[in-house]
Order: sequence, then structure tokens, then C-alpha cells
Amino acid sequence: MDLRKIKTLIDLVQQSGIAELEITEGEERVRISSRGAAAAPVAMPVMPAPVAMPAVAAAPVAAAPVENAAPEGHVLKSPMVGTFYRASAPGAKAFVDVGQSVKAGDTVCIIEAMKLLNEIEADQDGVVKAVLVENGQPVEYGQPLIVIG
Amino acid sequence: MFEKILIANRGEIALRIQRACRELGIKTVVVHSEADASAKYVKLADESVCIGPAPSSASYLNIPAIISAAEVTDAEAIHPGYGFLAENADFAERVEQSGFTFIGPRADTIRLMGDKVSAKNAMRKAGVPVVPGTDGALPEDPKAIIKIAREIGYPVIVKAAGGGGGRGMRVVHTEAALLNAVNTTRAEAQAAFGNPAVYCEKFLEQPRHIEIQVMADKHRNAIYVGDRDCSMQRRHQKVIEEAPAPHLNARARLRIGERCAEACRKIGYEGAGTFEFLYEDGEFYFIEMNTRIQVEHPVTELISGIDLVQLQIRVAAGQKLPIRQRDVVLRGHAIECRINAEDPFKFTPSPGKITSFHMPGGPGIRVDSHAYNGYTVPPNYDSLIGKVMAYGDTREQAIARLRIALSETVVEGIKTNIALHQELLDDAAFLRGGTDIHYLEERLARLQRDD
Repeated sequence: MDLRKIKTLIDLVQQSGIAELEITEGEERVRISSRGAAAAPVAMPVMPAPVAMPAVAAAPVAAAPVENAAPEGHVLKSPMVGTFYRASAPGAKAFVDVGQSVKAGDTVCIIEAMKLLNEIEADQDGVVKAVLVENGQPVEYGQPLIVIG
Repeated sequence: MFEKILIANRGEIALRIQRACRELGIKTVVVHSEADASAKYVKLADESVCIGPAPSSASYLNIPAIISAAEVTDAEAIHPGYGFLAENADFAERVEQSGFTFIGPRADTIRLMGDKVSAKNAMRKAGVPVVPGTDGALPEDPKAIIKIAREIGYPVIVKAAGGGGGRGMRVVHTEAALLNAVNTTRAEAQAAFGNPAVYCEKFLEQPRHIEIQVMADKHRNAIYVGDRDCSMQRRHQKVIEEAPAPHLNARARLRIGERCAEACRKIGYEGAGTFEFLYEDGEFYFIEMNTRIQVEHPVTELISGIDLVQLQIRVAAGQKLPIRQRDVVLRGHAIECRINAEDPFKFTPSPGKITSFHMPGGPGIRVDSHAYNGYTVPPNYDSLIGKVMAYGDTREQAIARLRIALSETVVEGIKTNIALHQELLDDAAFLRGGTDIHYLEERLARLQRDD
């Protein structure tokens, strides 16, 4: 089961307010329990635990539930397929943090593709409102990465 | 056997490959452009990765994006389908260099067959009959060119060495037109394929297009799985295909099949492939080899009971061919109609939303289509939206079943060429069988004149 799927499930649990979610897919099983009411209940329909996994997890759905809660602003989308990194090297300081001011042309993250590290630049001036992707997470073309407001 | 395969294609063949993977218990990763995000096989995939915007050059032809997608999803092998990068030797090489298995022949084999001159030479050496013509590319010297054409005998056809699939060729009927034709074809070849090399062959006036399906493993085993007749073409695009080719002498069939299988063993061919021939006056003449699975592969599957796409995957995984030549039993007749999103007689493309979609069924009917009710055919790619096929014990039964199937088929919201297929299935010459490759265009020209 890949990390993207698990992250989607974690978000689902947190935002729907259900206490516990267990999903079995073939030989893999994931159980996620919410420790008490984490986030304020969002006015979202409670999603029944899907039995047919592919319908939920196939297309990268990660973006959808997160965007509902994401702040207003311009969304910087990934120009390529690869792996997203927040810093130039493991352990180094992240290029940008939430709340940081950026100018168009500033490097905000790296996408690694085929062993090449590609620096992704902010395409407008503003303040980083949100980073939508986890460090080390695979991203596809067009996937929302960072919100600049 | 692979645990995860990345499907680097779209449309009906992506769905076909996905079905073969699912049957083998292999997980599928489907890459797609933004225009194909709502494709059926994308939704059915275990994982999908958007690799670029709609234009093919930025997506389905984007080698780094595809290999990157394989990396982030930990795919083990990549199936290139047909078209796009399927016969791109550089792609095959980079896939293997990046640590993935390319489901197809080796890069050097693809390169050998991609150059039509070297392909002919390789086939000649391997004992496969070829169209009489030059051994290599045409020289620069006009006197030499004229001498060569005289030796071959008019009419001749000038072809781009880096071309294929009907592109980059010109027929010359008289010596007066020869040098101009050579120069123009050279210029076109340079522009279209980056390779100005051209060669010259005898132009056959009324040939049929007959091809031989082969399958080889990585252990030098090779079999041929019958033949197909794809003579019903318009501008070198196949419209109707059938297996087996009608009215062929059984011994001729056997002989040419054996030669192709032997050629595979000689060149160390791996995977599925098709030897294309022009057939005239009882003789076969090799024109080119397609080093990939083809659109019309299902008609062969229908008369042989062999799943060619599954075999591709097995062979790529290193398995030996599970059948020997004598296990290949061909039975009955199968015909395929390519359903395109286009005006049936003007051939203008007709992309858009399919508002009503109903496919036929019943005994001997097979439909391979990625479309569905409400699906929007994007304008950025070819117009093939599906294939309707019929199998029968005889050619007559296959035709009858296909007629019935097409009468049940509903595709509304866009135009399709179903009406053209229905006309052809009633055409006297088609019903007799054995029409040549010019037949359809001649018939269409007659239709237009009579209008």
C-alpha cells in the first residue's frame, strides 16, 4: 500500500470525524484510529468505508479533500512527474516554509526525476500559504504543490 | 513474473494491456495526459500518473516523464502498446538502462527494423522474399539513379528509409519523372524523419497486403500464428482486417510462415511482431516488419485462441513460449472493423462527447473499446474509438455476424465510420474476398463521382 493512499485515508479520518477506519485490500490491511476529535467537524458528508478500494485510491485523490481546507491563493502545480522534496538535500533547511515571503523566480522545492534534481520556482510574488505535498512524496504532472497568496 | 507494469499508451490498447495484466494478477500503472484523465482504464488502474498536458509530444512521447512515472510507482516493466514510443529504439534503450523491462524486442532489433533498408537486407539474408529493388540507399549521382530504376523496371516507388507505415513514399511511372521524385522524397524524408536516405523498389500495381504474426521468446523459440489480410486501406490506414487471408494456397501460407519464424530465430527476435508483405500473383514480397503488437491483433487471437498480449508479457518476463508450432491450430475466420470518430465518407475527424453508446454482443462478437456512455473523445489523438470484431466458422458467417453487430451498434454525439463499414460489408468485391490495397480508394472515388 503506498504512502499516498495512506495519507488520503488519514485525511479522510481526520476530516470526517469518524473514530476508526479499517480497510482490507487483498493481503494488505490498514487501520487508522482518530485519537479524539482532532479537527473541528467539517461540513462534509461522512464517507462510508469503501469496500472497493480502487474507486477511492486509483486516481490521486490526495489533492481533493486537502484543497477544501486549503487557503485562498495561487496554486503552483507540478510541471513534471517525479518525487517532491522540500530541501536541496536530506537534513538541509527547507526552501520555503508556510508564512514565508517569496518572489517570482525563487526556488520553492525540488522535483527529482530520473536521478536529476529539478529546481521548481515560484511563478509569482507572494506569501506561502500552504505546502500541499509531503517531503519525498511522488507527484504527477499538474499536481498542486504550493499555495502562494 | 512482473508484479507491476506501467502502460505507456492510451485508448483501446491501454485497456487491452490492462486486461491482460489483470488476468495475470499484475498490478497496472497507467500514465495519461490531462486530456485522458477520465479514461475508463485510468479509473480501473491500480495507480495512475498524469504525465503531461494533452499534446502527445509533452505526454505520450515524453520519455523522461514516462520513465519518471515508472520510478515513482516502482513499476517493473513498461508496455508501450502501438504507435507513440512502441517502435522507438531510444525509448526501449532508456527504459532498460533505467532498470525496467521494455515489453518488446531489444533496442537493436527495433533499430534494425526501423530502418527500412537495413530491414530488407536483414530479411533478404534470412531467406525472406523481398520486393525487388536497391540493396541500399539511392546514391546521389543522377546517372546511377536512372540506371537503377531501369534495372528494376517501371513503375517504381521511391521510399524514405526512415519512414514506414505508408509515409514518405512516391510512385514513379516514367523515367522523366524519376529525378524530381527522388529529390522531393529526399527533402520530405529529411523534414519528417530527420533522415534523407531513400531507396527504390518495384511498384506492384495490384497487390494485397498480407501480414504474418510471429511470437518469439528470449530463448530463440519462435512461432508464426497465421496471417492477416489488411488490404482494405485508405491512405495507408487500415480500415478492415481479417484472418486468415482469403484464397491463399495452403502451402504458400505454410512456407511464408516458416520463413518468418526462421528469420525471427536468426535475428534473435523477442516478443510479438508482424512481417508485412505485398502479395501479388501468388508471390510474397516483404515490405517492412512491425516490432510491436498491432491494432488488428484480435483477429488472430480469435482464430487461434492465443492471447498475444499475455504472451508478450510472459516472454518479456523471461518465460519460454508455452506452445510449439504444431500446437498452433487456426480455426474459422475473423474480421475486424476499426471504428473511428470521423465522418464516414468525408473522413473529417469528429471528436466530442458521446451521448449514447451501445456495443453489440452475441455469439462470435468481440468489442475492444475504451469508450463509454458520456465519454468525450479528445481531439488530440487518433480517431480510433474501438474495434468491433466477428468470428465465424466460415468467412460468410463472420461477415453475417459483423453486419448484424454493426446494425446494433449505437454511437451518438459524434460521427463514426460505421456507415462506411456497413457499405463495405455489402460490397460485392469484398464479399468475394481478395481485393487489393487500392480497392477502397478506387471505390470511394467512384462514390464521390456518382454523388
